[in-house]
Amino acid sequence: MANYINQFFFGIYPYIAITVFFLGSLLRYDRDQYTWKASSSQMLSKKDMRLGSNLFHIGIIMLFFGHLMGLLTPHWAYHFMLSAGTKQLLAMTAGGIFGIICLIGMILLIRRRMLDARIKATSQASDLPILLILFVQLVIGLLTIPFSAQHMDGSSMLALASWAQHLVTFQGDAASFVAGEAFIFKVHLVLGLTIFLIFPFTRLVHVWSVPIQYLTRSGYQIVRKRS
Amino acid sequence: MKIRAQIGMVLNLDKCIGCHTCSVTCKNVWTSRQGVEYAWFNNVETKPGVGYPREWENQDMWNGGWTLHGNSKLKPKMGGKFRLLAKIFANPDLPEIDEYYEPFTYDYQHLQQAPESRTMPTARMSSVITGERMEKPHWGPNWEEILGGEFSKRSKDSNFEDIEKEMYGQFENTFMMYLPRLCEHCLNPSCVASCPSGAIYKREEDGIVLIDQDKCRGWRMCVSGCPYKKIYFNWQSGKSEKCTFCYPRIEAGDPTVCSETCVGRIRYLGVMLYDADRIGEAASAPDKEDVYQAQLDIFLDPNDPEVIEQAKKDGVPESWITAAQQSPVYKMAMDWKVAFPLHPEYRTLPMVWYIPPLSPIQDAVAKGKIDSDGVIPDVTKLRIPVKYLANMLTAGKEAPVVAGLQRMIAMRAYMRARSVEGVNATGILDQVGLDEQTLDDMYRIMALANYEDRYVIPTNHREYAGETPFDNEIAFNHRSSCGFSFGNGCSDGISKTSLFGSPTHKNTLSGKPRAAKD
Repeated sequence: MANYINQFFFGIYPYIAITVFFLGSLLRYDRDQYTWKASSSQMLSKKDMRLGSNLFHIGIIMLFFGHLMGLLTPHWAYHFMLSAGTKQLLAMTAGGIFGIICLIGMILLIRRRMLDARIKATSQASDLPILLILFVQLVIGLLTIPFSAQHMDGSSMLALASWAQHLVTFQGDAASFVAGEAFIFKVHLVLGLTIFLIFPFTRLVHVWSVPIQYLTRSGYQIVRKRS
Repeated sequence: MKIRAQIGMVLNLDKCIGCHTCSVTCKNVWTSRQGVEYAWFNNVETKPGVGYPREWENQDMWNGGWTLHGNSKLKPKMGGKFRLLAKIFANPDLPEIDEYYEPFTYDYQHLQQAPESRTMPTARMSSVITGERMEKPHWGPNWEEILGGEFSKRSKDSNFEDIEKEMYGQFENTFMMYLPRLCEHCLNPSCVASCPSGAIYKREEDGIVLIDQDKCRGWRMCVSGCPYKKIYFNWQSGKSEKCTFCYPRIEAGDPTVCSETCVGRIRYLGVMLYDADRIGEAASAPDKEDVYQAQLDIFLDPNDPEVIEQAKKDGVPESWITAAQQSPVYKMAMDWKVAFPLHPEYRTLPMVWYIPPLSPIQDAVAKGKIDSDGVIPDVTKLRIPVKYLANMLTAGKEAPVVAGLQRMIAMRAYMRARSVEGVNATGILDQVGLDEQTLDDMYRIMALANYEDRYVIPTNHREYAGETPFDNEIAFNHRSSCGFSFGNGCSDGISKTSLFGSPTHKNTLSGKPRAAKD
């Protein structure tokens, strides 16, 4: 039974979540682009936005790219310059710092969303839940730091990286890598995948629209013909 | 040279009576929806005043428009592309809704349903956003109506720059004028420039600036980028909206709703031809006082054979060139020089222009006679200080405004002499450099202002929108398709329930207040 559960959550669930993530996003973009937006509420109430939103976004973006690179960079690509132990220490430090930055911002934003009358009244049904899910995920992520500190050799980190890399390369045995890991890592993974699952149905879709093309736009003006 | 055409507008402030008909008809057509109750694509302000949103002209505060870097490089005042993107998580230059006003409705039902009582029932206000009861509004699109409010607050008006304003706070010296405002559909729009998604664009055929509602991601940079604060963030849809210049009407050759319904006949619509290659050059004139002249310089004479030939080459339809030749906007801005752009110093090259208002001669009563400079009274003695008008219309340069006002006074004096005294006082005309034929034209268009003289709008030629001129595929492809929609193809974009998030508010302007959440 334990094996079945492990196989489901770490071998099958990731594919379900990622499929919904991509297909859902594609469908929403194609069918209902009018709902595709950052959903900013700054103009209704700017209190705490400057500090909260900046801290939250900077923190979470750094955490996202940290995870992306940490999990998906193959071991052979860096081991000649960085031992697993050093890499783990690096991940713990950077993750800890940006985690705290993100946490402060998030607390400000959650407080704003729960207490400000205008924000409360104009929140979509998914706005507060997604914020709370991210909050729980962040707290769990920060709580994994002491667990990691118990074995500084990087073995745990390597196992998780192998899991992710075997998943994205469709090797079928991904789940076996996490079977022996601490429970808190498993919760972090499942909740993380769940965020991907619900992503297309929340305001998170604005992440897809990071306006990088603004920087490459030639000049400032845009002139279009009628059709 | 690359010639493009644009439908421009002129508002004759000398005739504006401040009735707000334009604002109300515009609101009924465009912004009676959820999320934009607070937005007025057209609003009429009483000047002097700080306006709506509060102090919109104070660009030290809101950072709208453009600035010159190193005397030549034009950059949005908010900052270049990197600095602008750095503001994306929390935009420090974004006005809060209270700078406009919190939208409200009245509990009208209470008037019918109140039980018998000793006092008359009243319909109290409640917020459209939260549903909570509001005791009173704090600001609005015409808050300073007819000089409402204290002078100390109204005089924060940026147009008082370089004016000893204290004396205008005294009753004897006070002055006022109306300023109807809408999107300027600029040649060098800073909203387009500040949109990170590239959702805002200027239409090549008629110059109308529009926001693609599907592509808008709600980064809200355009709200700050526009120095006129004429882009409004729809807090319900999470997207920005703006004046559309009633493009479905313009395409059909009809005037915008605000123009059509103007009871004072103050609005004019007409085609302007301009050299699109010189927009950057005009917008970056080193001295802000020269931007007005630089903009005049890129307008092209529609009767010049070379211009006509080049315009045809650049795909401007024949009917548009003809319309440009009859354009009342061209006549008032270029031929007669009585119309001026609103705040050219923002360097956006606006295309909604204004004829400054005349006002009573200030000290005529005190002196027992009208002080005059020959036949034409001295315009510097007008009750509305010329400097104030110049700060608003020509970046502080008084000469063009003075010349414009003199021509208007000359027109009155000449027509009075002709129709009352039966005298052809051509001497008056010589003083302001007009001839009789021009004056007749001015009188017909500015004073009589017949419908067909005010609106010279060629219909849209969609076949020109294709790859080649007369691309009929374009027209056939659009046949029987939906016209105006809020994105999402032909659907109205608003469904009761949606997997991707449903609207949180119903339209409560019906007077059925939204129940406040606890």
